[in-house]
Amino acid sequence: MSMDWTQHLIVLPVLLPLLCAALLIPVDERRHRLKFSINMASVAALLAIAIALIIRADGADGPQVYLVANWAAPFGITLLVDRLSAMMLLLTGILAGAALIYAAQRWSRIGVHFHSLFQFLLMGINGAFLTHDLFNLFVFFEVMLAASYGLVLHGYNAGRIRAGLEFIAVNLAASLVFLIGLALIYGASGTLNLSDLAQRVAHLGEIDLVLLKAGMAALAIAFLVKGAMWPLGFWLPTTYAAASPPVAAMLVLTTKMGVYAVLRVWTLVFSEAAGEASGFGYELLLYGGMVTIAFGAAGMLATDTAGRMAGYAAIISSGTLLAAIGYGNAQLVTAALYYLVASTIAVGTFMLLIELIERIRSPGAAVLALTVEAFAIEETPEEPIGVGIPAALAFLGLAFTGCALIITGLPPLAGFIGKFSLIHSLLGSGEAESIAGVAWVLIALLVFSGFAAIIALLRFGVRTFWAMGRVMPPRLQLTEAAPVGALLLIALVLTVSAGPAFEYLGRASEELHQTGRYVEAVLSAPTVPSPAYGREAM
Amino acid sequence: MELVIALSIGILFGSGIWLLLRPRTFQVIMGLMLMSYAVNLFIFVMGRLRVDSPPLTLGSGPPDPAAFADPLPQALVLTALVIGFATTALFLVVMIGSRGLTGTDHVDGEEPPR
Repeated sequence: MSMDWTQHLIVLPVLLPLLCAALLIPVDERRHRLKFSINMASVAALLAIAIALIIRADGADGPQVYLVANWAAPFGITLLVDRLSAMMLLLTGILAGAALIYAAQRWSRIGVHFHSLFQFLLMGINGAFLTHDLFNLFVFFEVMLAASYGLVLHGYNAGRIRAGLEFIAVNLAASLVFLIGLALIYGASGTLNLSDLAQRVAHLGEIDLVLLKAGMAALAIAFLVKGAMWPLGFWLPTTYAAASPPVAAMLVLTTKMGVYAVLRVWTLVFSEAAGEASGFGYELLLYGGMVTIAFGAAGMLATDTAGRMAGYAAIISSGTLLAAIGYGNAQLVTAALYYLVASTIAVGTFMLLIELIERIRSPGAAVLALTVEAFAIEETPEEPIGVGIPAALAFLGLAFTGCALIITGLPPLAGFIGKFSLIHSLLGSGEAESIAGVAWVLIALLVFSGFAAIIALLRFGVRTFWAMGRVMPPRLQLTEAAPVGALLLIALVLTVSAGPAFEYLGRASEELHQTGRYVEAVLSAPTVPSPAYGREAM
Repeated sequence: MELVIALSIGILFGSGIWLLLRPRTFQVIMGLMLMSYAVNLFIFVMGRLRVDSPPLTLGSGPPDPAAFADPLPQALVLTALVIGFATTALFLVVMIGSRGLTGTDHVDGEEPPR
């Protein structure tokens, strides 16, 4: 049986950024355009691959499996594409493209190796979305984190160093907890392949099951530090506010990575097929998520810096997702996935927008003054050359309104549809009289957090756009305005085509909850016969 | 043997946590290193404690699984070691940068008021 070449598409989202990053390292720092072109070409290719994978995953019957190095599961590393991971790849590609174009004129030039680190970050994120092996997940998490450490520090100044120190220390400690979890899981079950684990968990002895649960709990701590569940997410607002805008936009994605990992591992390992262990930890996710929403909302009200506000918006969105996952209902997961896409795009756009808005307050290159002390560049970057866009103030106002509408969940944009369907699924999950009390609390929190976000963003908007007195319209470059506009346009498309999007996400959520199909697909994936011996495929 | 290993992992990890919570960056990095030693030992032990059983041998005849130690945790430890080494080195650089820019080795970047 010869393998269809399109099968290899599955490994490309990992290989391509790796190769591009390696290629970019020796290129001279002064050749901005060349570096940017290589990076952009890679991101564009990743976008195309993500779309191809979505089509492939949606058209195929069940998850697609790729055996790396041709070792049969569960012995080798398995990559797996289903509708959910394909969608996350696309989201990564979209956000990466926008952040990269935004960074082209200015931010990529204030330090060294921005483009290589960016590609390594993409490799880590993509790999973590694709892998089906827990230890491999750890490795990709580390790749992603190592790149994000570098990127947070990019444009080295005192604020970034301080935030970076905290960010790195917290995440290093979390990685150690991740390893403890892995070791316990392996010690208890003898496997690290997710499908194999899902299959074995029902047959574990009593003591092994306790060990496995302890290991999974340790794993969850590591995921939730990234996913910023209260009280593990305290590092997030400071780091987001300190990082440069394109990097902060990418960090939004790494936060969603933690949530994705929880969703992936928990739906697979603690599904209904898991016997005694079924449903382990869901309650904690639900309540933890709800506390996180409250924490994020309170933080949003308490802060007046836009960067921290965006960080708290990301925390609210994480909390909402975790609570929805913890509720343990396939229909709710569909709505949560839609909310995930919408809120990621909105918060990412907001991250990019903040710096442009700040220019109203402090015209000129105040931002650059902070980064002149950068230690590794020969010259200060020249004033960006490019096409300025007219009506900058109107653009900024409109873009801000768009972001705010999605983040708060007001009609008519995608945020409203996401929140509405979350509430609808919560209400519609049972008979009218049997809706659990906790669902009501969650609905109240969803509405309350939206309300808090409205107050905070309105205050910020009024202070910036109305109460500033006479403002000089800031100079915006086309490469800075275009990605913001494009992201908002995508959000608009997501709103208009909510029907097809929900159908796709519904299939994704349904697929996610059919654990048996993953086990079957992974463990029966055929290896390619060796050409030297011409043996039959196993 | 189990007791000795368990105690040493516990003491290493405990000291690591204590150091991690100290205010000086040097103490923090020492803490992280001690914790990573403890974690690596822990992974290694998860392959079960066995004496005189190599992870792999090239003998003749069919191999007897009972004579071998589990090689997988040992491979995992190797990977974790390398990654831990790299991230610790990176943290060290950031630490030095922080010391240079802020003029203090306090984790908050400023001396607490006395």
